[in-house]
Amino acid sequence: MGTDAEPATDPPAPRRRPFSGAKGGFIWPLCGLIALLVFNYFTSPSFFSLEIRDGHLYGSLVDIFNRGSIGIVLAVGMTLVIATGGVDLSVGSVMAISGAIAALMLGDVGAGPVVAGFCGIVAATFAGLVNGFLVAVVRVQPIVATLVLMVSGRGIARFITGERVIALRDDADATAFEAIGTGHVFGLPVPALLAVGLFLATLVIVRRTVLGVFVTAVGANERASRAAGLQGRNVKLAAYAFCGFCAGLAGLIDVANIRAADTINSGVFTELDAIFAVVVGGTVLTGGRFTLLGSFVGALLLQTLLTTMYSYGVAADTAPIYKSLVILMVCLLQSREFRDAFRWGRSP
Amino acid sequence: MTDAGDDSAGPPALLRAEAVTKSFPGVKALAGVDFDVRAGEVHALMGENGAGKSTLIKVLSGVHRPDAGRVELDGRPVRPDSPASAEASGISTVFQELTLVPRLSIAENIVLGRQPGRCGFVSWRASYRRAAAAAARVGLDVDLRTEVGSCSTAVRQMVAIARAVDLDAKLLVLDEPTSSLDEGESQALFDVMRRLKESGLGLVFVTHFLDQVYAVTDRITVLRNGKKVGTYRTAELPRVELIGKMLGKDDREVEDLDEPSLGRVGVKGTPGDAVLRASGLGRDGAMNPFDLEVRSGEVVGLAGLLGSGRTEVLRLCFGLDRPTAGTLAVGGTTLAPPTPRRAIACGAAFCPEDRKGEGLLLDLSVRENIALAIQASRGVRASLSIDAQRELAGRFVSALRIKCPSVEARVGDLSGGNQQKVLLARWLAMEPAVLLLDEPTRGIDIGAKADVAGLVAELADAGMAVLFVSSELDEVVQSCDRVAVLRDRVKLGELTGPDLREDRIVRMIAGRHGD
Repeated sequence: MGTDAEPATDPPAPRRRPFSGAKGGFIWPLCGLIALLVFNYFTSPSFFSLEIRDGHLYGSLVDIFNRGSIGIVLAVGMTLVIATGGVDLSVGSVMAISGAIAALMLGDVGAGPVVAGFCGIVAATFAGLVNGFLVAVVRVQPIVATLVLMVSGRGIARFITGERVIALRDDADATAFEAIGTGHVFGLPVPALLAVGLFLATLVIVRRTVLGVFVTAVGANERASRAAGLQGRNVKLAAYAFCGFCAGLAGLIDVANIRAADTINSGVFTELDAIFAVVVGGTVLTGGRFTLLGSFVGALLLQTLLTTMYSYGVAADTAPIYKSLVILMVCLLQSREFRDAFRWGRSP
Repeated sequence: MTDAGDDSAGPPALLRAEAVTKSFPGVKALAGVDFDVRAGEVHALMGENGAGKSTLIKVLSGVHRPDAGRVELDGRPVRPDSPASAEASGISTVFQELTLVPRLSIAENIVLGRQPGRCGFVSWRASYRRAAAAAARVGLDVDLRTEVGSCSTAVRQMVAIARAVDLDAKLLVLDEPTSSLDEGESQALFDVMRRLKESGLGLVFVTHFLDQVYAVTDRITVLRNGKKVGTYRTAELPRVELIGKMLGKDDREVEDLDEPSLGRVGVKGTPGDAVLRASGLGRDGAMNPFDLEVRSGEVVGLAGLLGSGRTEVLRLCFGLDRPTAGTLAVGGTTLAPPTPRRAIACGAAFCPEDRKGEGLLLDLSVRENIALAIQASRGVRASLSIDAQRELAGRFVSALRIKCPSVEARVGDLSGGNQQKVLLARWLAMEPAVLLLDEPTRGIDIGAKADVAGLVAELADAGMAVLFVSSELDEVVQSCDRVAVLRDRVKLGELTGPDLREDRIVRMIAGRHGD
């Protein structure tokens, strides 16, 4: 119907509810996050204690931002790709490539920290562009296109490093590079500042320019976007390249953190965590409306959960079980059907 | 109700709805409406946009639950809370947007969800038998193994009806079934409706086309603003009275409406340069090569039956489909090859027939939709500020009288006429040299239609070139300076001046040239 549906003087919008859809979707992960924090508040009072040691701020909360930085950075890039109606499975492998190149440049080539980091990020952005090319120009299904690089990327990284773990040396350049992962500015850990900075910068660019509308338009209806004169191809290329850039930055943080480029373990399963963060945050996988804030909250939720579990001595091997339980719970809360079943929403 | 032709006597009703009330936030869609349908009749449900037809149908079919009132079928109260439960109690509905699975065969679609079988194993032989019986009942004579996605709209319609009557339906509701059918297909549908009616079914028929109401229905119920105006025997209700009841005007006013409205002929100035020129433009399998010229200040119409190539011509002229022959020049620039982006850059604008699929982004706001084309042409680095967008959108909302709560409202929540105006606003904001309109008045209410028609004339007078497709001949004749007539994907010729009359167009399409 549509043409003649409902009263003409509408606007009907009878089915709109609070907390559903992209704009309010992050309410539920936020609830989960708050619930976790409240739980920690009552069970381990030290969780909220902050102290300044050697001019650096320490505490579990700071730790969550610090350790969650990689998750946040990846989730920001993944949000835009998912909003275009795609997905990027290769971010973990691209992290490994970026880290490997940076470590090689620092060690074997003897480049400075800035050049090394730059090279890692350029390589990662290029990898993202390749993904974008396959998806937007060749029109390969996003899952398949990025699966190619997910599988081959780690091999490429291992090939680059000659199948070794490249440990950073103890020279001045390496120490300067490590600041990305372990340094402090104004008493705050650099990875946390990088992640929050990237999130805020992306938020501003997406909101202040028309980019966000373009991404949503292409993801929601590519045919209509084309008819409006929009270049969906370029929008997608940009989204995948940006996602690669984010993966590259995450790779640098990872290498600087553990002071080594471990191509086998770097970034393993991070692509799934990033997708989790985005979806839990309220952006739907079919594309269209997205919420960067939701993804940010989603990534924080995952890290808070992990930190909580570790502080309770849950073994790293069994932690995923609890993690998946919490994710399931948030997804259930987001489901209108589930909430209606418990009469939490307005019954139809 | 004392009107002539008012009908309350007669055989007992199959369906009886009493005092049905349904409100949506801010609007009372149905206010105590009574409605009855007898077995073996076709009952037309008429009304303007917002009259409550759609809501009443949705209540009957279980999509909406009424706030108050009762519905009886065969004397037993029914209270469907889903389309499935409505079907189970004997009320089947074929909605305008067909709910078929394109990738499945016709037979599979007909029996989908109720395949005969045992222990979870489907008996395909029984399924096909059952589907064949349902298809025979509606006179559907095609290979049932055909994929629905590859069938014409008319066949899909029949499949949907076959699926609906397979459910031992007692009442069949058809929501604008003919809106995308051509004349012959509509006639075939009417034959099916008559056959179903003779088999004792009650049919509810919703349509915009008055001719069809008089061709096929027995009684008419008119709704207006959520209230029932009355129920009448079709044969006893003159057309003028019906229109009057739908518009809520008395007969005198209706006669005033009948006065021929001013056509474009005679009021226009001299057309200027050719803004759009297609030479030998064509696409294999879609449209044979044609020449077409649209000059500034001129409204050119495309007339022809559905499937004659009207839409294809527009799509080729906007670069949406890649041509396989000929050239296209917009604003003096030859586009090689034509793409929408290039066409837009040269001053073209296109409002497609499928405004939800190819035009608007329903999830975006009015502001974002209106600013989209301008933003796309400016690029990301020259993005308009939110304030500039609000100003732009606000200007067009008031200029085109778009009814929306605010410019931040979701476009998907607006009514059809207002959606069409948002789409027009998007292109007018670009100040195009040539505007391509595909069925801009389809499915929108009379008020909005008049707005759109007036706007087209205004724009042409201000020097814009307009290429206009409508399946309503009177609209084409009234709005256009020149009409290109199409048949079977071939451009037959053009009519202009005193030749521009409905009967000439019809004769041209029918293939009898000259007088």
